[in-house]
Amino acid sequence: MSAPQLADQLKAGLDAPICLTWELTYACNLDCIHCLSSSGRRDPHELTTLQAKRVLDELVELQVFYINIGGGEPMIRRDFFELLEYSIANEIGVKFSTNGAFIDAQNARRLAAMDYLDIQISLDGIDAPTNDAVRGAGSYDTAIRAMTHLRDADFGPFKISVVVTRHNVAQLDEFKALADSFGAQLRVTRLRPSGRGADSWHDLHPTNAQQREIYEWLLAHGENVLTGDSFFHLNALGDELLPGLNLCGAGRVVCLIDPVGDVYACPFVLHDEFKAGSVHDPGGFTNVWRESDLFRELREPQSAGACASCGSYDACQGGCMAAKFFTGLPLDGPDPECVGGDGEMALLAASAAVPRPVADHSKPARAAQPAEPARVPVTLGRR
Amino acid sequence: MLDRHLVLDEQVALRPEPFGALAYHYGNRKLIFLKHPDVVAVVEALPAHDTLSDALRACNIDERRWPAFQSALEALERSEMLHERTAVG
Repeated sequence: MSAPQLADQLKAGLDAPICLTWELTYACNLDCIHCLSSSGRRDPHELTTLQAKRVLDELVELQVFYINIGGGEPMIRRDFFELLEYSIANEIGVKFSTNGAFIDAQNARRLAAMDYLDIQISLDGIDAPTNDAVRGAGSYDTAIRAMTHLRDADFGPFKISVVVTRHNVAQLDEFKALADSFGAQLRVTRLRPSGRGADSWHDLHPTNAQQREIYEWLLAHGENVLTGDSFFHLNALGDELLPGLNLCGAGRVVCLIDPVGDVYACPFVLHDEFKAGSVHDPGGFTNVWRESDLFRELREPQSAGACASCGSYDACQGGCMAAKFFTGLPLDGPDPECVGGDGEMALLAASAAVPRPVADHSKPARAAQPAEPARVPVTLGRR
Repeated sequence: MLDRHLVLDEQVALRPEPFGALAYHYGNRKLIFLKHPDVVAVVEALPAHDTLSDALRACNIDERRWPAFQSALEALERSEMLHERTAVG
């Protein structure tokens, strides 16, 4: 009945996920440079209201206690409140992530009236310049306005969710103070090189010196700050473990359903390599969770590979699968942010053929295309 | 603890798992692992018995193991998952 035995049990997988993320849409009003799902435009094959409800029915059967809803911007879906109410009425609690653009006074009151609901407002800087450099012009004001509406509606302790970058590590104390001033709870998570993050990660990820700052800050603030257990790679920095399960939950206790119903091992690996199946497959989500080859494989004991001889492996578990994959590193080697510096060395040696995220739903402006293609030739023709 | 009348909070759901069960409290959002099927059996037996010791006996739990069950149930109580049963009714 000791803790290590439980960790082994969890690694072998559960009958149903504990932490299921469901991205409702790829549509988004923002265009964040680190978006995990390269969101922007809606996918024409996104689940219909009816299909989404059938998935929720399955989750009821599986006794999934709560789901994490994200996107894109989930509140863009016209059936957002309908799905929210359906889920909660069926005793599946909901925690949803939003940039806050659609939380006006009226919606805030509607949300405040619901039970079993948590809201995470994304904010990646304590001031507009820091935040908007990552999340886009105006997004800081939008987030603060949404928080104010939630506070005025007496929603209760919502969450402020921060992706920790090189540019906001020094603001952790201020984020905590901001959360306290709203009666909110602070949540900080690790930046991943997934989605559009594949392009921005090299400029945004914390330096090695900053990683120590994060580790010490988290130890000092412990249980009062949520992390989604995402910083366990930092455990190699000291003798004290950060609170949490200290393991990669992908396919074991965690998974992701994307807007079109594809099931991936975790929210950070939207790539065919980590696609386990689809909710449309025979047997539905349940069968994917329990029987898919990928999830079965992830529940097998994993090789420590190049990390086997490192004394810190038990503490850091080799870090994050997604971070390795999207930086071109082998999965059985060090994390690119290995605090021992092994990741940096590996990155230098990594091949140029880094896997690209699939299913880019970025808005056209971002995709590579010639500027003003249609009109220019006319002008040229007259010369 | 052994002579107390305890029950699961009505906002708590148990989900069976290979190692025992997961307990989730919809009110405070806490998640606790019940790391042995016997602990699950005892928790489920609580409503039908007046005291914890009665429930342990009914589940054929050897008295030498009772301290481990006590601490498991104390953890549940700290998370507000278990509480003293109030007046019958």
